[in-house]
Amino acid sequence: MIKDYFDHWLDGECDPTRDIYEIARVPDASRSELKDMARKSREEIASRDTTRSAISAQKKGFYAIYTIVAIVSCIALIGVLLYSVSLLPQYGRVNPRAAAVVERYIEDGVAETGAINIVSGIILDYRAFDTLGESHVLFTALLCVMVLLRMDSKNMRNKKEDYALMMHENFFDLSHDGIIRTVAKVLLPSLLVFGAYVLLNGQNSPGGGFSGGSILGATLIIAASSFGLSRIGNVFTRRASECATFISLSFYSFAKGYVFFTGANGLENHIPKGTPGAILSGGLILPLDIAVGIVVTCTMFGFYSLFRKGMIGNDN
Amino acid sequence: MDLSATFRIILLVLLVICAIAVNLTKNLLQAVIIFMSYSSIMCILWILMESPDLAITEAAVGAGISGTLFLLTLRRIRKEDDKDGDQE
Repeated sequence: MIKDYFDHWLDGECDPTRDIYEIARVPDASRSELKDMARKSREEIASRDTTRSAISAQKKGFYAIYTIVAIVSCIALIGVLLYSVSLLPQYGRVNPRAAAVVERYIEDGVAETGAINIVSGIILDYRAFDTLGESHVLFTALLCVMVLLRMDSKNMRNKKEDYALMMHENFFDLSHDGIIRTVAKVLLPSLLVFGAYVLLNGQNSPGGGFSGGSILGATLIIAASSFGLSRIGNVFTRRASECATFISLSFYSFAKGYVFFTGANGLENHIPKGTPGAILSGGLILPLDIAVGIVVTCTMFGFYSLFRKGMIGNDN
Repeated sequence: MDLSATFRIILLVLLVICAIAVNLTKNLLQAVIIFMSYSSIMCILWILMESPDLAITEAAVGAGISGTLFLLTLRRIRKEDDKDGDQE
């Protein structure tokens, strides 16, 4: 019979989905009536003993299979991970496969990049394109959080929710707490200086864009939670953060984007490398560090602001 | 076994305990705090493995910012729960 149907359909004589459409047509009942009907039929079905036992048996079977599958997949994952760990070089030993690259980095790193901190030399000179990708990942993450959490005129809350949110904000606002304000007043200047130091001294000492940027972002978060988000929002507006992020990312992309076409061997650098150990050394590393730091700071504070209030800055 | 190796082993054991405890904790706030202490232990381990760059980042991001974001998310979830409870 199905074959006949199919042949008819192939010849264009009938439409096999016609019956389905007619069944699926919504009856002319109002929404509440429909809900009542659905509830009644659900109750009727649930009240029958046979259905109930059948449902519970099915549930039991599902949960048994679910547990077994979960345990098996967990064990398989653990096995795969342990196997790949066993392939790694031993804890603290030299990786024989990467030894040549490491030797080159350690022996010629300072001379070639001008950075005493070899890590900075690697991530912002030899492998600057990796860091370029990482900063764009951060930017993309901020964009995604904005898409999900931002409150603007199109998806505003209604009045009641707005009021509840305001009461909530006031209840959790710590800016009236004397202890936190005082501690923040003492801590903030030194935190800002420390963040700037870690950021600007990245080529000479441990630190650099990511660490310094995250310290600065955490400082801004402390300031926002102790003096009120709106006071920081007056300075750190959405437009300012967008501009800063855009300028930093485009600067980085223009400075290092060509590596995607030339391979890992960058073009010759005409910025003087300076004496290793001075603040102005390392050629392009310092500006790139600052760019990455600005992106990370804006991203971290943007996350906080979006998570807490649904907007960056005060005006949206 | 010298002192630093013992210290390392204690830290690694604590790390594993923290990682398991995060999964087994029912209270979400406690789970966030355990997660932050996991990051702090990891930060000390990075220093012992002679990578202070990672240690700074781990302290700022792992123990600081991600914990703050988790707490904010928890607050948001609780708020939504409260609102639903009012309506029903």
